[in-house]
Amino acid sequence: MAVTANYEYVGVPADTLANFHGNQIVYACWDQHLLLAAPFICFVTPESLFKDMVTGSIMPLLESDPDFAAIDWSKVEWLKSNQPFTPDFEASIAGNGIGHKDQVRFRTPNLNTLRAID
Amino acid sequence: MDMKATKKKIGMKEKYRLLTRDLGWETTYQTKEDIYPYATYEGIKIHDWDKWEDPFRLTMDSYWKYQAEKERKFYAIIDAHAQNNGHLNITDASYLSALKIFLQAISPAEYASHKGFARVGREFPGVGPQVACQMQSIDEIRHAQTQIHAMSNYNKYYNGFHAFADQRDRIWYTSVARSFFDDAMSAGPFEFIIAIGFSFEYVLTNLLFVPFMSGAAYNGDMATVTFGFSAQSDEARHMTLGLECIKFMLEQDPDNLPIVQKWLDKWFGRGMRLLTLVGTMMDYMLPKRVMSWSEAWEIYGEENGKALFNDLARYGIRPPKGWDLTGESKEHVSHQLMLGLYQWRFGTSFHGWIPSNDDMDWLSSKYPNTFDKYYRPRWDHIKKLEAEGKPFKNYGLPKLCQTCQLPALFTEPGDPTSLCQREVTYKKEKYHFCSDSCQDTFNQEPEKYIQAWLPMTQLFQGNSGGGGLDAWMDWVSLQDGVDNGDYHGSEDQKNFDAWKSMTTSNK
Repeated sequence: MAVTANYEYVGVPADTLANFHGNQIVYACWDQHLLLAAPFICFVTPESLFKDMVTGSIMPLLESDPDFAAIDWSKVEWLKSNQPFTPDFEASIAGNGIGHKDQVRFRTPNLNTLRAID
Repeated sequence: MDMKATKKKIGMKEKYRLLTRDLGWETTYQTKEDIYPYATYEGIKIHDWDKWEDPFRLTMDSYWKYQAEKERKFYAIIDAHAQNNGHLNITDASYLSALKIFLQAISPAEYASHKGFARVGREFPGVGPQVACQMQSIDEIRHAQTQIHAMSNYNKYYNGFHAFADQRDRIWYTSVARSFFDDAMSAGPFEFIIAIGFSFEYVLTNLLFVPFMSGAAYNGDMATVTFGFSAQSDEARHMTLGLECIKFMLEQDPDNLPIVQKWLDKWFGRGMRLLTLVGTMMDYMLPKRVMSWSEAWEIYGEENGKALFNDLARYGIRPPKGWDLTGESKEHVSHQLMLGLYQWRFGTSFHGWIPSNDDMDWLSSKYPNTFDKYYRPRWDHIKKLEAEGKPFKNYGLPKLCQTCQLPALFTEPGDPTSLCQREVTYKKEKYHFCSDSCQDTFNQEPEKYIQAWLPMTQLFQGNSGGGGLDAWMDWVSLQDGVDNGDYHGSEDQKNFDAWKSMTTSNK
């Protein structure tokens, strides 16, 4: 049984899509850039465009990082659920196959101002 | 003249027997199973409850006597502290951030522990543990009360103390402690006793109390030192009870070993995450510091733990999973969490600040392998942003770990430049974790953890005040611009400095 209990026990998940009133959660993380301490939540509709999530939810949060201005968004490497992924910026979140509570990570290999002092 | 005959006094041993074991009885018209319905479902096998050895042999009458004496002393000192403006004897009001976190996260945990021990005292079929758990339950509520009373004096003068009970349930950084106790209390009695009685009280409590109370003493906080002393003798008893419990389970049946080991692994991991809060207090929030988190872990974790697990090895117990990882993580976790608490300081009911140059030099000396390499560059950049008039705030609400409920801000073992990212799909729902340990705990009992009340996702569901940051702040009783934000320029700082200067000058 998936929980130690004295009868057959089934839990109710707290964060299902239906609880978000037409929106969904997408987690985003800029790899190797830890000025933002943790991956953050993008609160979007499944129909919204990927590019709008990037410009509307992701980019404003990155401005404090000294590497932000140097990001070439056409060369960013993306991961979805930790697997390489090529997003279609003109397609929707759903169209890109990004489900509720999925995480997208992005990598900018040559930018590492605050990474570590060797 | 005739001598009056005195009745023979009952010996200690006899008195103990009468006031503990003799209180039990064999049931006649109800089955044992009906009276103790939670005693077997966890799989722990107990053959003879009478084999239980009471480590302290304490009876209720002597318990009341000792505790009453401690209460008298405690309240005498607390009164003196209040009457003599003891709050002005602390090194600096920035110290109070540590106390606020303690009151919001740890004192309610004492209360939760009181409820838990009352419950398991009822659920265990043996008289020995029933009595011991009952006493610990009363200890725990006393600890919650004395802590609240001690800190209520600060609440008269400083911000951020006023809504600790609501904030325990509602604000985000306390959920690591709340979920820890919710998890234990929704487990069976044996897991509870391993979680709280053994893993927390025995393995980890010294890390909470000893450095924290020394920190209070170093920083002139007599109120906290006093509740620390008042609780200390209880803690010794709790630790002994925890150790007795685990030995009793292991001696009763060999089948208990894998279950106990599984719980040890889980609760050690959960405890280490909870203690990260203590690490940040020690490294960043004490104006006069006692020792670093890393040093505290070496003394109270590594050394004591090594002896303990050597002792338990004869039962087949090995050190908990993740034990070896602490050698690396002790040099990182406090910095990682403090950088998080600082950047989300608009949402904390305590003040944050950028460490001063002296503080950073102290951190470099205590963390020669990590601070200058990984963390000073970030603080320096944050300092630069502040100097440019762009104080750094992160309005990105963090991904929380489904198990420990802290923001997923811990790095990958072996790579301090990458966050540890773990995810699991269970019944078509995705769940995220901050570590292998938290993921393992979830995988053991997913039906439990899928219900986790995560502060961040609840906010987006509209369950935390209705939506938006202002409504959320009202809902968590956080007064914007008063309780939260930077220490420098805060009301707490201004008031403390003004009042303190009145005690040392004629202005």
